[in-house]
Amino acid sequence: MSTLHTVNKSPFASGSLQSALDHAKDGDAILMIEDGVYGAAAGTRVAEALGARKGAVSLYVLEGDIAARGISTRRLIEGVKPVDYAGFVGLAAEHDRTQAWL
Amino acid sequence: MEDDVKKFLYVNRKAPYGTIYALEALEVVLIGAAFDQDVSLAFLDDGVFQLVKDQNTDGIGMKNFSPTFRALGDYEVTKLFVERESLDERGLSPDDLQEIMYEDEDDDWAEKPSIRIVSRAEMADIMAEQDVVLSF
Repeated sequence: MSTLHTVNKSPFASGSLQSALDHAKDGDAILMIEDGVYGAAAGTRVAEALGARKGAVSLYVLEGDIAARGISTRRLIEGVKPVDYAGFVGLAAEHDRTQAWL
Repeated sequence: MEDDVKKFLYVNRKAPYGTIYALEALEVVLIGAAFDQDVSLAFLDDGVFQLVKDQNTDGIGMKNFSPTFRALGDYEVTKLFVERESLDERGLSPDDLQEIMYEDEDDDWAEKPSIRIVSRAEMADIMAEQDVVLSF
């Protein structure tokens, strides 16, 4: 049993990403979408908190949203996997529930 | 019918008056109560501000909907989980929250508190055991 968590807010404006990280169980996945993708870039003040859970929690980012914001896949925190919309649907189907951190 | 009952969790993470999320969540809970499901509410992050007592909205021209939480028991919504760490971080204690009671039909209609204070780890467990999570 596992959960797909989606985060759609910038971690520099909202505590949603941190709350998702604090409540995710090992084996869960976090998918960053919309402004949430700013949390996936390396070298930021939130990168460490995200990196601390990688391995236990699978980390994904929606590639259309990073491209729209000029974030190249090379700038992503190591271990964060880009997915397209079909990948988003696949993740939703793979997990038992989806929880949006608005 | 028992097989059709799913565990629904309504997650409240927003303060009550700055956005419409909190009021909308309560409306959806009341509508959803008609469907006889196993309903719980979670209050964490700024969502804990929704339950603070002595709210008075006279000065802002908005409806004070906090008393409506006390009606949830009549709709068999009797599990309001509040995260202790979220209270602590905001300088609040359980005593700062309004009293919300329900009558337990399985215990001779004894009055019991609906608010249950849980740790962040317990909240994560509660979230992980749901069939459906609705976020506000």
